[in-house]
Amino acid sequence: MNRKTLKLFTTTIALAAILALGACKKKVAPPPPPPPPPPAAPTASVSVSPDTIQSGQSATLSWQTTNATDVSIDGIGAVQPTGSQSVTPSDSTTYHLVAKGSGGTQEATTRLTVTAPPPPMAVTSSPSEEDLFGRNVKDIYFDYDKSDIRGDQQAAIQADMLFINQHSNINFTIEGHCDSRGSTEYNLALGDQRASAVKSALTTAGINPSRIKTISYGKEKPFCMEENEACWQQNRRGHFVYQK
Amino acid sequence: MSYGAEVCPPAQAASNRMDDISDDDKTQKNTARITLRPAPAGARLLTVFSTLLLLALLAAPCLAQDWVRTGSGLGIEKVRLAVPDFKPSNSDPQNAALLKTFNDTLWNDLDNSGVVELVSKSFYPLQTPGLPAEVTFGIWNSPPPNAAMMAFGNLGVAAGKVTVQGWLYDVKNTASPQVLGKQYADTASDDATRVIAHKFADEIIYRLGGGIPGIAESKIFFVSDRNGHKEIWMMDYDGSNQRQLTHQGSISLSPRVSPDGSRVAFSSLTKSGWDILMYSTDLNRLVSFPHFGGTNLSPAWSPDGARLALSSSRGGHSEIYICDSSGGGLHAMTTGRGPDVSPVWNRKTGAQIAFVSGSTGLPQVYTMEADGTNQQRVTDQGYAVSPSWSPNGQFLTLAWTRKYGPGEPGSSDIYLMDIASKQWVQLTHDGGRNDFPSWSPDGRHIVFQSSRSGKEEIWEMLADGTKLHQLTFTGRNSQPNWSWK
Repeated sequence: MNRKTLKLFTTTIALAAILALGACKKKVAPPPPPPPPPPAAPTASVSVSPDTIQSGQSATLSWQTTNATDVSIDGIGAVQPTGSQSVTPSDSTTYHLVAKGSGGTQEATTRLTVTAPPPPMAVTSSPSEEDLFGRNVKDIYFDYDKSDIRGDQQAAIQADMLFINQHSNINFTIEGHCDSRGSTEYNLALGDQRASAVKSALTTAGINPSRIKTISYGKEKPFCMEENEACWQQNRRGHFVYQK
Repeated sequence: MSYGAEVCPPAQAASNRMDDISDDDKTQKNTARITLRPAPAGARLLTVFSTLLLLALLAAPCLAQDWVRTGSGLGIEKVRLAVPDFKPSNSDPQNAALLKTFNDTLWNDLDNSGVVELVSKSFYPLQTPGLPAEVTFGIWNSPPPNAAMMAFGNLGVAAGKVTVQGWLYDVKNTASPQVLGKQYADTASDDATRVIAHKFADEIIYRLGGGIPGIAESKIFFVSDRNGHKEIWMMDYDGSNQRQLTHQGSISLSPRVSPDGSRVAFSSLTKSGWDILMYSTDLNRLVSFPHFGGTNLSPAWSPDGARLALSSSRGGHSEIYICDSSGGGLHAMTTGRGPDVSPVWNRKTGAQIAFVSGSTGLPQVYTMEADGTNQQRVTDQGYAVSPSWSPNGQFLTLAWTRKYGPGEPGSSDIYLMDIASKQWVQLTHDGGRNDFPSWSPDGRHIVFQSSRSGKEEIWEMLADGTKLHQLTFTGRNSQPNWSWK
């Protein structure tokens, strides 16, 4: 960068800075004088609580008005300027309040929704224990021909212990699985060692062994059928199954 | 040496060869040392080995039977045997179908036996004999057939019974040709006819194969998933007559038939886990066997049928246990950390057990005395499983992936190891995963599972790796176990 361009550049920066500062210091226009106060107009509000009921239940309709001399609600008639009333409509209803006063007329509405009663056997939408177990308890993965729990699986097993400790009524099975490469009988023995290793980690941490069943599937029930390392790794695991 | 002189009446053969026992025995040990070497042998070496192997396999049982060293020629120069199709003995319409079954079965039995060379049917004259009077020796004992022996006969159905007459002739000994003459009768069914063919084939193999009983009536037990679940099945040794034994509806594995053939022990996934179950082939149903707890796998019979070895994790780790044949007196033979599985007894002595252990990493084959002492590792590297002891107690077969691990393209092949010297030879070379070898009762054949056809199926070969052929084709079939007789 030669000297001339440097000077031009500096000038431009300075000009921009000045403009920016100038914008900040722009003077605020004085507020306009307040308008003369209008004649006292009525105010009105109406509400219903709760705003949804089942057919046969009741709700409380409340209203408040000011500067009103004549207050009425559609379907109810003339009412006090401020008050409340229990309502038991059989269908959904819109309550329309009209407040009249010397300053004019004000209206307000509120709606009460009436629903049909629920079927007797309502389905709860909260997740079951089995769903929670499946969502929270993570399988433990193993190295080839190994049954010791490797370092990168410690976080998973700690999280499993936490959940299992918090849900002390859940019993479960740990399935030992192997990849497809080895021999049937040896893999069943290896799967047994894997399931036992996971169980042992849990019981060492204080989980009651009577809650845990183990079973080996060897390579009899693979999760993934392809012949590559990604798939083999999927199949080398201790798999948690909720016990009904 | 001509075969006519060699095979004649068995009694004469016996007396001839009794004298040779000591010499041949020495030769054999020497040659075994030469050919079993720990490097893959070339084709020539394999051929030499194969013949010597057959000799080796023949040797021990022969000595035990105390009457024959079957001539060193048998393995190298097989008897040329002509087997013209049996002929109908009457005009019953059922004859044609049963003759086809009989002729096919007899031919396959003899062809698979490994002890004869069948003369191709294209060399046969147009007129073939169905009765002794119809044999024209000059045509059969000179080229093109140039047969040393001929098996022939006839079959006829009458009143719902099939009758088969069969002869074995030494066609070079025109003065006294008959080696064997047999007549069989049974109900006129395909199955019964097949059994007759097996029996007749066994008679021939017994006479031409050095006095070792044939295997044509032996059975192979195996696992098949063709009906949805892995269940225990059985079949004739040639793959015919396949039928389902168990209906557990879960996973059943590792069938092992008892030496007397009356029971099949296997491992099955029950409600409580992997248990040893016992199937009676006499009662055609399960019989009771105790529940041990833990994962119980791979049962194996002692040669006297009195005990079972198995793998159990009831004490925490998978170890080899022994119990009596009813499941009593269970006690552990091994201790340690690695999984121990797949025990098998020395079939001849019952004094040793081979098994698989992962105690040093990848699984290796070990041997120990039947009381658990003197544990020795016999494989030096790779992934070695599924040992099976030969009937003469001299060899182990195993499934071995010698080069194993990331980037190693090794495949699991069947190997044969001389248990005394730990020298080995590779028997399968043709790809696929090969596993679970099991010996035929005569020590001449090995049945195994292989994925070479694209999926797990059961294959059979001679114990030198030749005459490979597939026995099962439907579903996935695995873990074959050959009956003891």
